[in-house]
Parts: sequence; structure tokens; C-alpha cells
Amino acid sequence: MKRFADLLELLALTPSRTRKLEALKRYFVEVPDPDRGIALAVLTSEMDIRNVKPALLRETVLAEVDETLFALSYDYVGDLGETIALIWPHKAEGELPRLSELVDLLNHTSKAELPRVIGGLLSQAAIHERWALVKLATGALRIGVSARLAKTALAEMSGVELQDIEEVWHGLKPPYANLFAWLEGKAGRPDIDNAARFHPLMLSNPIEDKDFEKLDPRDFSAEWKWDGIRVQLVLGAQGVSMFSRTGDEISASFPDVVDNVMGRAVLDGELLVGHDFDARSFNDLQQRLNRKVAQAKQMQELPAFVRVYDMLFDGEEDVRALGWEERRARLEAWFQRNPQTRLDLSEVLPFGDWDDLGRLRRQGADEHGHEGVMIKLRTAPYVPGRPKGFWFKWKRDPNVVDAVLMYAQRGHGKRSSYYSDYTFGVWKGNEIVPIGKAYFGFTDEELKQLDKWIRANTTGSFGPVREVKKELVFEVAFDSAQKSGRHKSGVALRFPRISRIRWDKPAQEAARLEDMDAFVGVPDG
Amino acid sequence: MDKPVIDRNLYVPAIDAWIDPSEPKARAIITHGHADHARSGHGAVLATPDTIEIMKVRYGEDCAGRFEALDFHDPLTIDGATVTLFPAGHILGSAQVLIEAEGQRAVVTGDYKRLRDRTAQPYEPVACDLLITEATFGLPVFQHPDPKDEIARLLKSVAAQPERSHLIGCYALGKAQRVIALLRDAGWDRPIYLHGAMIRLCELYQALGVELGELLPATGMGKAEMMGQIVIAPPAAIRDRWSRRFPDPVVCQASGWMSVKQRARQALAELPLVISDHCDWGELNVSILESGAETVWVTHGREDALVYWCKKQGLKAEPLALPGLDDDGGEGGE
Repeated sequence: MKRFADLLELLALTPSRTRKLEALKRYFVEVPDPDRGIALAVLTSEMDIRNVKPALLRETVLAEVDETLFALSYDYVGDLGETIALIWPHKAEGELPRLSELVDLLNHTSKAELPRVIGGLLSQAAIHERWALVKLATGALRIGVSARLAKTALAEMSGVELQDIEEVWHGLKPPYANLFAWLEGKAGRPDIDNAARFHPLMLSNPIEDKDFEKLDPRDFSAEWKWDGIRVQLVLGAQGVSMFSRTGDEISASFPDVVDNVMGRAVLDGELLVGHDFDARSFNDLQQRLNRKVAQAKQMQELPAFVRVYDMLFDGEEDVRALGWEERRARLEAWFQRNPQTRLDLSEVLPFGDWDDLGRLRRQGADEHGHEGVMIKLRTAPYVPGRPKGFWFKWKRDPNVVDAVLMYAQRGHGKRSSYYSDYTFGVWKGNEIVPIGKAYFGFTDEELKQLDKWIRANTTGSFGPVREVKKELVFEVAFDSAQKSGRHKSGVALRFPRISRIRWDKPAQEAARLEDMDAFVGVPDG
Repeated sequence: MDKPVIDRNLYVPAIDAWIDPSEPKARAIITHGHADHARSGHGAVLATPDTIEIMKVRYGEDCAGRFEALDFHDPLTIDGATVTLFPAGHILGSAQVLIEAEGQRAVVTGDYKRLRDRTAQPYEPVACDLLITEATFGLPVFQHPDPKDEIARLLKSVAAQPERSHLIGCYALGKAQRVIALLRDAGWDRPIYLHGAMIRLCELYQALGVELGELLPATGMGKAEMMGQIVIAPPAAIRDRWSRRFPDPVVCQASGWMSVKQRARQALAELPLVISDHCDWGELNVSILESGAETVWVTHGREDALVYWCKKQGLKAEPLALPGLDDDGGEGGE
């Protein structure tokens, strides 16, 4: 465990990507199975220690530490795992078991016994081991190391292409003995059932105005950018699976889709809810997300469907190397052969030049609340990751409103010494009512200025929150506004962020609640 | 305590003097030389001889109208009050201020630490009725490790990466000299290289009898010469172009904040060294209990938790909001 703790600390603190890779390679080469495989699973977020959840850790620590002092500490440190590691008040003799044994222990201890076992481990660990232990137990690393970096280290240490590792990845399970054997040349490539697994997705890049000069509109096709969640449908010989964009299987939450599709293919599309393929808002979709089991009532009121826009496998055949145009033709033909009630095709938007598409984009946003358009190179193959120059997203311009800063709260972690979370509002008669909260959209320099302004203009303070003079105006950008019973103003903003700080603007000139009606009128999704 | 001998702005009415005032005053008692406690422009300054020397080096000989040096343990009675300074263990010359008047004893700790540090006169507990304590590290997450272990980690890293130089970000007054002394005591006998901002204060420490070994300016050295060397610089210089002159430097920051990973990352510390010149949580608790004070005023940092803890111990406690004090307590964490 000591070795793993050292690795995590180095990864968390070393800014250099090269040095992180070196450390990972050294670890994978020098540490034996199964520990290195367990470490790999932790780094790629594939490790789930089922019974250890943040709540259990909190309970363990609160048995030893005053609750108020813990809360104040957590507020300062900002990271639950780190707070626990730093605040644990006991020290005992002994050493932590090796990584694989530790994971075994945590997985095979009953829920009732876990607090005692975890407490014992925390006491035995040195401080940075405690930190690693808590990170390991909760599975939330947040150390700035992506799964891709870990896989890149595997590629570099073995000479196997990263692409080839990604290909087999989702068919493998920790501790990855077969993967390491293959990478070290001791065994062949792991045998994976091609059709029954998740294939990494192709992602898009945002497009900027200056990019259009270099792009010929005739080389591109366009579709609406749908406001749901990205899914991959694997229609295999053994059955149908639906995966989220990160490869988590979400089939169980959406039996109304997976039980009602036919044909063989691997498809890429957007999960949406609504009757007769009439997509409803993202808010409605959210009611169906994060539920392990779907409820009949919800499936009736908010039936799910997938709007398909690409095809990775046509039957058994891998078509990813084909250009978009050919894949699209395959996809349309496949829909002809396999009539569907829960899948439809994302329509291709005809357009002349970029100005034409820009008008379409604005119209779609104004009349139907579309998020924007997707622009795809007609000849582009399907490449996992975020390749440059193939797919672009062109989001609609955000809505903006001038709002007045009302309250500020200290941030977390890196920002714990700054007032960085802002609540702002608009005029309702002679008072200001809150319409939202935002904590990004400004630069570090602006954050310093805001922090200074807030400290100098505080009129009251409640724990970590300060009330300030109602004098500073923010231009707030947001994607959409909805009616909300939760807010005093009756309005809630989706994805609000500070787009400009209007040091110059008097608060009297900020927006009024009536002004918000115009935004609420726009349908969402 | 109906009428404390000192008020909540650290003003002592009996002698018309302020302790560590943030604005120029006619009469000031200065606990130690850090910029958020010692400012220039006061009429008369009462402080330890070391603190006065530090102020003169930092702000100039005439940074106050008049200096009055007061040795530790030497009671000075002015009008109806007696002032005595006791070592605070924070930096060279740092003092706690005991005010005795009308049968009351009030202590202002200034910044303080209890761990032994040969660059500062060692802390002594002072019994009192009213304790005004700092709370820079006033949260139970702060459990400072043994600084010797931190220096050992540094030297291990130096040995493992002989082609790189190690840049230690330190506050120029106090922390820098302490880190140098710790390195010397751990057996590091090669020259230690200094950023220009460090030199005068290191020279002053040496002149006042603190042995720091051979110190050389870091500027003007070639990259090859600096491989495997240790450099001490202010934290800001390390993030600046200044550090580009060194071969692939390992950025180390020495501060009590470095136990928090996010703070270490914010300071761009590849090797964070948890070395603090303040009490950690446990030491604050012990100091409060040892003082025997029935009333505790808490300032300078994370007051909420310490006030809460005091109340749980049955003490009267309240936070003081003093203007101008540096939230990071001269730990250079920014």
C-alpha cells in the first residue's frame, strides 16, 4: 500500500505529464500482479468497493471527532476524503496490508464491521497513506489523472498502440492479469466478444467564428445538437445493452428502450424522453436518470427513446473506418430493414453556406429551444476520443441578463480562501430576489478583485456566507430559464455563469423580474 | 471581566498603546517583525531588541519616531500598567505581550509555536486571565508533522534527482532561516543558495548569533553548477520567470498549509514540505488550557473552530475581527 500511496501523491502533485507517465510506467513494471491491476482499476475508476461509501466513512470519523469541528474542517479543506485523512485523531503501530489484500478486506467485511476495520486501517496508516486509503475506498480520486493517461502509460511501457488497448479495454475486468500478460508479450491479445461490449465514443470540438473561413461548407453535414444524454446501444447476439458515454451500463434504467429494439448493430445516439419522438426538456429526462430501476408510472409519462446519429457496427461488421456519408447510408438502410418504435434517425439539415446554417441555428434556438447544431465532416471515419477537425459543435449564443450580486460564499479546496460562489438576483419592485448561483466564468485575477470587493462591502455574515451591498452587477449568461417553485423569484436558470463583471453599471439598471418572462417563454429541448 | 485591560482592537487604555496596529499610532507594542504585525510610521515602538533590528532592516532606521527595546521577562511599568514580553517561539525576537493592570493579567500571544526551533527564542507558557490567541491553524485537520521528517523527505528527493535543483519557497523572514537551520542540523553542509530578497534578513540572523552556514546568492550561477543544489526563494519568485534559470527545478514550498493537497497544488508544489511556524490544533488547545485563562479571544485565521472548542471546555470565548492581519500568518501560502 505504501508504494501505491507514494504513486498517488506523486501523480497528484507533479505538474509534468511526462513525469507522471514515467511514474506510472515504473509502477506497472515493478509491482507484481494482482496489485498493479488493482491500482490500474483505481486509476481508471473501474474499482468499486461496494460497501464503502462516503457516508460510511463520515460515520466512522464522526464517532471519533466532534461533528461541528468536522463540518468546519470539511468546509475549509473542501474534499471529504482529504478531510478525513487529515483529521483522523489516532495513531497505531503496524503497517497497512498490500493493495490487493486491502481491497479484499474491504470487499469481504460486513457492513456492520466496516467502521471498525476502516478505523483500524486509518490508525495504522501514515498521513499520506490515509489519504490514499480514503481515495481508494471511495473511488473518487480527483488527482488530475485520466484513465487515458494510465492507458497511455501501458501503451508506452509495452509498445502496443493505445488504440488497441482502448479496443479491448471494456471487455476486461480487474485485476487485468490477461491484459498485463499481453502487454508483456507472455500471452496473446485478450479475446473479447466484439459486439457485446462498449466501444469508446467519438467526441466533438467547439467551433469558433474564425474556424469557418478555413472550412468548405460542402464538405460538411449538419444536425441539431440534441439536449439529452449521449448513449451507445449495443444490439448483440446475446442481447441489448445501453451504455452511457463513459461506458457505464444503464440498460436497467431504460427497459422501455432495450426491450423494444430489434436488429443487430452498435449505434450512437442521444437518449431523450417524450411521446411519439417528441423530445421533452432535459429536466424531464433527469427524472429518469440516476434510478437503478425504472418505475412503470414514469415509463408511461416519460417514455424514453434514442435519436440515432451514427453507426459503429452494421450487424457484425465494423464500419468505423468508413466515412460519415457511407456510415449514414448504412444506418438509413439498416432502419429500413429494422423498423423501430423506440429509435429514430437524427435528421440531416440541408443548408447552403455557413451564414445559412447560422440562421438555421438561431431559428432552432428561438423557436424550438435547440442547443445548437453539430457539424460533421462527410469523409470522417469514426475515431474514438476527440480527434481534431472531424466533428464540431456550434452552440447557440447564450441568453444574458444583468443581475445584482447578493451573497457570496467561500469556495472549496483551491478556492477555500476566496469568496467565489455567488448568488445574484433581479429587481422585483423595490427588492432584489435571487434567480441563481454561479461559481465560474471569471478569471483568477477577477476572482481576486471580487474577493476584495466582497470583503470590503459585506453587510452581514452567516457562517461561510456573506451578504453584500446590493451594488455590483454581473452579466450572467445561461442556457435557458424555467419556472421554479423552489426560488423566491419563481425562476431558475440552467447552466448560469458569470460572463462579465459590470463594475461600471449601477445596480438600478439591472434586470427586473418581468424581463425574465421572455426567457421562460422559450421551450427547452 | 467587566472592563478588560485591553480592548477588542488590542488597545491598552491605561498606557495609551496599541499592540500590532495596522495603522500608524503614537505608541505601538510590536510582537514580531512580520509585515502584518510590524508596520512603519508609528510614533514610538516598544519591542524586543531583535524585533527592532528586524524592523530597521526591513523598513529603514527611521521607520518609527522612537524605539524602545524591552528584553524578555523584563517588566516595564508605565502609569498604572506593567508590560512584560515573553518568547513566542515564532521567529527570532517574537514575543507574547503580558499586560498587568487593575489586578488582571492579559496575554496577547502574537504568532507562536511550541516546537523547538533554534532560530527563535523558545515559547514559554504565561498564566493569565484573558488570553488573546492566534488561530492560523485553528482546525483539527492541522496536525503538523515533525519538521525533521519533512527535511529528510527533501534530502531524499535531492539525492534521488541529482540532475535537478530543489527550490524551496519560504517566507523571507523566519521560515527561510528556520529551513536553513533544519537543513544544517540534518547534515546538509553544502552552500545554500538564496534569492536576493532573502539575503539581508539571513545576514541579520547571522549577525544576531543564529548559525546558518555558508550562504551564496543564487543569481549569476550557471545551470550546471546548480544541479543537485538547494535554493531558497520567496514563494512568488518560484512561480515567476526567476526560477527558469535553474535546471528542471523541483518546486518545494515550506508552509503549514502544505498538508492540504489542494493548497499544495495551488502553490504548484511538487514536493510540499509541511513546516510551520505556528501552533497546530493540538498545540493551540494545550496552550489555551495551560494559560489558565477564563476568557479567550481568538483572532487571525480560523476563529470559529477554536472559539467553539473553547466554549466546549467551559471557557468564555469570542472571535476578534482585527483589520489588516494576513490570513496566512506569514506562512507564505498566499
